[in-house]
Amino acid sequence: MNMLTNTDFTLSIEDLTVSFDGFKAVDNLNFYLDKNELHVVIGPNGAGKTTVLDLICGKTKATSGSIKFLNHELTGLSEHAIVRAGVGRKFQTPSIYENLTVLENLEVSYPYGRGVFGSLMFKRNEKVLNKINEIAKEIMLDHALDTEAGLLSHGQKQWLEIGMLLIQDPQLLMLDEPVAGMSVKEREQTAELLNKISQGRSVLVIEHDMEFVARIAHKVTVLHQGKILATGDMETVQNDPKVIEVYLGH
Amino acid sequence: MDGYTSSELVSIFAMQGFAGISLFSVLLLMALGLAIIFGQMGVINMAHGEFMAVGAYTTYFMATLTETYFPAFMPYYFVLAIVVAFFVSGLLGYLAEFALIRHLYKRPLDTLLATWGLSLIMQQSFRSLFGAREVSPTLPEWLLGSYQPTEMIDIPLNGMFVLGLTTIVTLGVYYLMFKSRWGLRVRATTQNRVMSDAVGINTKKVDRYTFALGCGIAGIAGAAFTTIASTGPTTGTLYIVDTFMVVVFGGAASLFGTIASAFSIAQAQSILEFFISGSMAKVYTLLALVLILMFKPEGLFASKVRR
Amino acid sequence: MSFVYEKLMGGKKGLIGFIILAALILVIFPLFLDSFRLNLVGKYLTYAFAAVSLVLLWGYGGILSLGQGIFFGLGGYAMAMFLKLEASSPENTAIQSTPGIPDFMDWNQITELPWFWEPFTSFTFTVLAVLIIPAAFAYLIGAAMFKRRVGGVYFAIITQVIAVILTVLIVGQQGLTGGINGITDLRTLNGWDITSDSAKNIFYFVNCILLLAVILASRVILTSKFGRILLAVRDKEDRVRFSGYDVANFKIFVFCFAAMISAIGGAMFTLQVGFMSPSFVGIVPSIEMVIFAAVGGRMSLIGAVYGTLLINFGKTTFSESFPEMWLFLIGGLFIAVVMLFPNGLAGLWDDYGHHITHKLRFITKGVSKLIPQSMLRKVEDTRS
Repeated sequence: MNMLTNTDFTLSIEDLTVSFDGFKAVDNLNFYLDKNELHVVIGPNGAGKTTVLDLICGKTKATSGSIKFLNHELTGLSEHAIVRAGVGRKFQTPSIYENLTVLENLEVSYPYGRGVFGSLMFKRNEKVLNKINEIAKEIMLDHALDTEAGLLSHGQKQWLEIGMLLIQDPQLLMLDEPVAGMSVKEREQTAELLNKISQGRSVLVIEHDMEFVARIAHKVTVLHQGKILATGDMETVQNDPKVIEVYLGH
Repeated sequence: MDGYTSSELVSIFAMQGFAGISLFSVLLLMALGLAIIFGQMGVINMAHGEFMAVGAYTTYFMATLTETYFPAFMPYYFVLAIVVAFFVSGLLGYLAEFALIRHLYKRPLDTLLATWGLSLIMQQSFRSLFGAREVSPTLPEWLLGSYQPTEMIDIPLNGMFVLGLTTIVTLGVYYLMFKSRWGLRVRATTQNRVMSDAVGINTKKVDRYTFALGCGIAGIAGAAFTTIASTGPTTGTLYIVDTFMVVVFGGAASLFGTIASAFSIAQAQSILEFFISGSMAKVYTLLALVLILMFKPEGLFASKVRR
Repeated sequence: MSFVYEKLMGGKKGLIGFIILAALILVIFPLFLDSFRLNLVGKYLTYAFAAVSLVLLWGYGGILSLGQGIFFGLGGYAMAMFLKLEASSPENTAIQSTPGIPDFMDWNQITELPWFWEPFTSFTFTVLAVLIIPAAFAYLIGAAMFKRRVGGVYFAIITQVIAVILTVLIVGQQGLTGGINGITDLRTLNGWDITSDSAKNIFYFVNCILLLAVILASRVILTSKFGRILLAVRDKEDRVRFSGYDVANFKIFVFCFAAMISAIGGAMFTLQVGFMSPSFVGIVPSIEMVIFAAVGGRMSLIGAVYGTLLINFGKTTFSESFPEMWLFLIGGLFIAVVMLFPNGLAGLWDDYGHHITHKLRFITKGVSKLIPQSMLRKVEDTRS
């Protein structure tokens, strides 16, 4: 099946390897993601989870292997080109513009006026405002549009960053620990949000909180030392002896 | 290079090569100090040249003192002066870190400006204390003269001495950073400040002593500098740009890179100087460096790290 | 109308600040200063172009250039070359061994005008050169650096090194550039005597209007989406990149624009002061331009102008009476502005300004009758 050049997968990663001075952080990885699928990657610290996201979004360059997104090769593209192709990524610590308001944060992320001259000519018209309002409602921040983003709670910052991705309407959404530092109630709301936004696109999540994973994941992959240990639904993975060994054996 | 026979060319290269060794030594000592500070805290110390000048003025002061009060001690004072230069510059560096640098660690560009301000104040202090004229200490006799292996080649002894001194300091730095317990703490802090704090390393203390050490080595560079040129209030600024280039070109984190880069820059400049005017030699060297850095911004010897 | 109010003036506060500045440099200075002092202020205001450019570049973009002198110098030299060629007509230079070339070339045994001097016989070319050569040079540096993600202190140091290279080159190539003395003895612009008081006054006003126009143009940029992206790049470069922007292009643009502004300042400097020399190109002038912006407030276009004026008045005053104190003072200022007042005068005004305006209103109510007289007295003081 590795020989197929065209697939129905949103994302297909094949034989992906990256090494840092000989240390293989990701080792010959094969991974596929369907449309409408919400896939969670778990694994102990240093398993290479964040590195996989870095590789997909172009932050780290692969040593070898291929990453195909909607049948376009992503390796070798620059970061902004990957984003424009339809891949959005949320970072582990909320990465928002603290000095701008919620509205301005969303506006900066709005996918028009991305060139130098486009941004000089950009106008905040009805269409832009409507889109911003729609997204703000979805991420439960419609009451806080004029608040400076630095003043939001930790959970709200996480949502804002998700909103900044949603406004670009990406086909693949990658979220690195989206509920870290959230209250129980915020976790519930986030789970709901993720379920809603995974419709019509693919979502790849890295998460440690097993309860949360169980609630949202369609499929789970366990990564260990840069390799896939197990893939499947939550129950299969949880009962896999290799997984139990890795998590409890140490 | 027309008009020179091949044996003349060999001699020219040898002579200029040895002349370049003095420059190499001073640049390397300066760069070691700057690189330690930059590697550790990501801070560029624009006053680093002035810390070198402090070392040079200290040597001058010691020489004058010895000449006036203990003439019999003249042959030996220089060794003591090196040690004193290290501690005087180091102490000033310690104070500068305490008063200034530690407040600005998260703002590297601001540190650059603040240390520039510090350098202006230090320059003016030199002028007020030692006058605007350039001074040079009376050197012990064993540092003067030269060694002539062939008729055409003439190796100055001061150059050899400075090279020896640089070797000792470099080995010392290597031992301190890579073999000692203290160096382990410094490297730990460089790699992960938060974690180092958590495992009980006093990172603030590490910072302060690292900064002081860097400045102290600049002081030694200053003592070495007095053997090859005279010292004025603006001496430091003449060397600071070259020193930056050494550090950046060598890749800030690599000791070997710093040595190789100091050597190549000093030699390129020194050998070019024979064939074209000194100012154009400088233009070509700096231009080459800028061009190389445009294509390899991480420096020539940086290692690949997972970030 | 709303475009003018919001974009050009930046709302009510910006409008007031702009009007005060315009009134100060266009009305108050010309009324109260003699033509020598006015020319001095005019010279300072040419540095303000560079300071304004640093507000864009460093304050908003987070890109510290320690080489704005490069562009100030390129603009200044382009203008100086044109004026020098005009001053070196074959009639004026008949006593030289090669008439018709600048005097310093003749002293250096150069017998033919170098090729890169040729086009500067045209005024149109010169004006274009002032705008385009520095911007193109900035594009080369910027593209090479920013596309490869060189930033922060590395960028600062490399711009500084380029400033050093350019200075050494100008000083070393005496026959082609006039060397350390620079290009001097500039007298006429298309036959018009630029050394006369009336010409200097005209240049002063042209300079002021250009400066105000540059501030407005900068405001348009900063209030657009470009401005918000610039800030966003400064604070979270990765996030901007992963929102689909080619960050390097934004940095290159603002660097080129800043270079162009600085070059206009340089050209106006040459016109008003009548010479250009390498001492306006190297490390020291470049870093002084940074302190102008820092003292005025790195986030304030108008503050940068006040910062420039203040430091230069201070420098002139101190270096006349206590030259040794000046370096201590400016050194201390660098440290103080970074450690205590990172937003400079503009920041202090924002924090304490309303106290002052409140008090002023209180005072003016009480003593309003006295003000016209005291102002008149001031006029006489400065005239005598």
